[in-house]
Amino acid sequence: MAFQHFRDSMNQSAVIAEPAVALNTLAQSSETPALSCRGAEILIRGLIANGVDTIFGLPGGAVLHIYDELWRYRNDITHYLVRHEQGAVHAAEGYARATGKVGVALVTSGPGATNAVTGIATAYMDSIPLVVITGQVPTGLIGTDAFQEVDTFGITLPVVKHSYLVRKAEDLEDIINEAFFIASSGKPGPVVIDIPKDVTAQITEYRGGTDGFAEYHEYHSEPDRPVVEAVVRKILAAKQPVFYVGGGVVSSGASDELISLVEKLNIPVTPTLMGLGGFPSAHTNSLGMLGMHGTYASNLAVAESDLLIAVGVRFDDRVTGKLNTFAPNAEVIHIDIDASNMGKLRKPQIPVVSDAATALAAINTSLESESLDTERLATWWQKIREWQAAVPLGCSGSEDEIDPQCLIETLHEVTEGDAVIVTDVGQHQMWAAQFYPFKRSRQCLTSGGLGTMGFGLPAAMGARIALPDQMVVAVVGDGGFQMTNQEIITAIQYNVPLKVVIMNNGYLGMVRQWQEMFYDRTYSEVDLSVSPDFVKLAEAYGAKGLRATKPSELRSVLKEGLEYDGVAIMDIVVKKEENVFPIVPAGGESRNMILK
Amino acid sequence: MRHTISILLANEAGELSRIVGLFSARGYNIETLSVGKTQDPKWSKATIVTDGDDATVEQIVKQCSRLARVKDVRLVTTQPHIEREMALIDVSVSAGAERQEVMNLVKIFRAKVVDISHDKMVLEASGTRDKVDTFIEMLKPLAVNEVTRSGSVAINRLSSLESFRSDTKAEAVAA
Repeated sequence: MAFQHFRDSMNQSAVIAEPAVALNTLAQSSETPALSCRGAEILIRGLIANGVDTIFGLPGGAVLHIYDELWRYRNDITHYLVRHEQGAVHAAEGYARATGKVGVALVTSGPGATNAVTGIATAYMDSIPLVVITGQVPTGLIGTDAFQEVDTFGITLPVVKHSYLVRKAEDLEDIINEAFFIASSGKPGPVVIDIPKDVTAQITEYRGGTDGFAEYHEYHSEPDRPVVEAVVRKILAAKQPVFYVGGGVVSSGASDELISLVEKLNIPVTPTLMGLGGFPSAHTNSLGMLGMHGTYASNLAVAESDLLIAVGVRFDDRVTGKLNTFAPNAEVIHIDIDASNMGKLRKPQIPVVSDAATALAAINTSLESESLDTERLATWWQKIREWQAAVPLGCSGSEDEIDPQCLIETLHEVTEGDAVIVTDVGQHQMWAAQFYPFKRSRQCLTSGGLGTMGFGLPAAMGARIALPDQMVVAVVGDGGFQMTNQEIITAIQYNVPLKVVIMNNGYLGMVRQWQEMFYDRTYSEVDLSVSPDFVKLAEAYGAKGLRATKPSELRSVLKEGLEYDGVAIMDIVVKKEENVFPIVPAGGESRNMILK
Repeated sequence: MRHTISILLANEAGELSRIVGLFSARGYNIETLSVGKTQDPKWSKATIVTDGDDATVEQIVKQCSRLARVKDVRLVTTQPHIEREMALIDVSVSAGAERQEVMNLVKIFRAKVVDISHDKMVLEASGTRDKVDTFIEMLKPLAVNEVTRSGSVAINRLSSLESFRSDTKAEAVAA
């Protein structure tokens, strides 16, 4: 790899925390400032140089040198020993989603890498910045079907933003620096660094710093002036405009710009699942989520709109339903950092390839001189308020069984709306999206694109580690919980006060709902009534286990679990056959919602 | 519709598989593919011919552009361009009139004889896809034993380069 390096490595490396051995080396080598270290140490120093203080991983043969070095740097980097590599990547994702920083996972070759693939794909689909380091068999054994050999580069190819197979230790430093740049710049995403064992043993120079790689891409994130003016003209001319906002608003930190723009224009806003929190759910202009389980008002507003201002979204099928009936009369302004999203599914009248925050700021600036008539959209708002009044979201509040929706509402009350909610995937995820009003970006962490069951618990652990002063609650189903609950012990080991609320309906609930609605109630292989006793399971792990089966117990169980100083698993037994409404049948027209 | 895409990518292990993977992941067939170093050995140029509607090909171009080691992607078929293929053809030819006939075809198509034996010849033809197709077709009455064809290589005509780059921007402003 041909990289140019121009640096004063003496100054750069002085910034890094030096362990005793390295300090000696530095002192002795006043003429040649670069340090000599083995590949493993270069990796660890590279991580530290890129601001990493937390990694999630599980050792194995191919990463022994790395773990040996990691032990020497244990005061600089805290390693969380997960119990399954999928947990490592989800925890790193949770860490990244909660903070916007790059999450780091470290796994061994072969099965270590294949176990990590689900997490990598989850991060790829949701554009989450990760660096995943995988061990590999020594370079001389690559391609020989060696023990624990798998083509990690090949297996992960379709689900990474970029990847490396490191061939010699001299390349390692530049690769690490570039990996962090690629993972976090432009549209974020996961980067895999596959490192053969012998490379981690090779001795070479370490220079220090975080540059030294060639930038292949420049991100032109400033929209051109005439484009911004065209956008403003369209927005001001629209009679029935809607903001449709997604994960790009969250990842670019565009929330404040969005709120100020929306308030200036008084236009309704509907977020996607990934956009929840990017615009406050309780804001008077928010119509709630749109799409398959969107609100009646959101889906109708989009269907009737004459202008869709799509920000940081990609027209996912769970949002649009049948594509050619989605916002059929609307012109589209599409603001997204990824040029390949322009026209992928819906051709915009004005494509704006830009970072969402930068574009919204430019539009805000351009609107400063305009005096807007606040009543200009009065008729449009009147229609919307009627739809909102006609079909509000609500829960029935039964006497003897806990309604799943009431569980989320009660959780909202008990946490005073401030908790970071990490969901798994399924019915509980949709109810959390519908019934927990999110105040801010990065308050709702969820696997939107890949829909990975098992994401919730380890991701919540990672998020809580990143946010030591905040309440983080995993809301999971009884199905997804059992996919990754081994990480409870990781939380116990490191005193991470993980809070897990299991919405337990004894079913793979979302599949059961589809079987009820679209397959004549043929409940094929969805019954989870044979499950472990989750309270005893929690206790076996050394966590607090609590259970609520009646509405009267709900609040006190949640309070007790959340206030407990440690890991608490709350098994909330809810109504078995409750359905998520509204629902737009897959591939259906989004205005044709089934409401109950 | 047939499209020719020209991709400037880093000359590094694995980078070509990323591009090929974009095609296979979407179920698009690559009709021809040819890759070689450019004047700067750090970079390779891949020319890919594929069949697909305009929207599909536009997606491929954009997705390729997204890759970290791709510097430039051009849909050369949207602009005046020069595109060439090459074929090596092994034919059975007996001495005499048959050989004379082949020599005439070689002359007409500006092909070359690159190897010869008592009863066989290896011919080299290059040019547009149509020309190479026609040449092979004309040889068929003789016994064609083996045909090895290269992928297309393409380059934009000198006159078209400037206008190509400003196109996308103009489109956005017009909207």
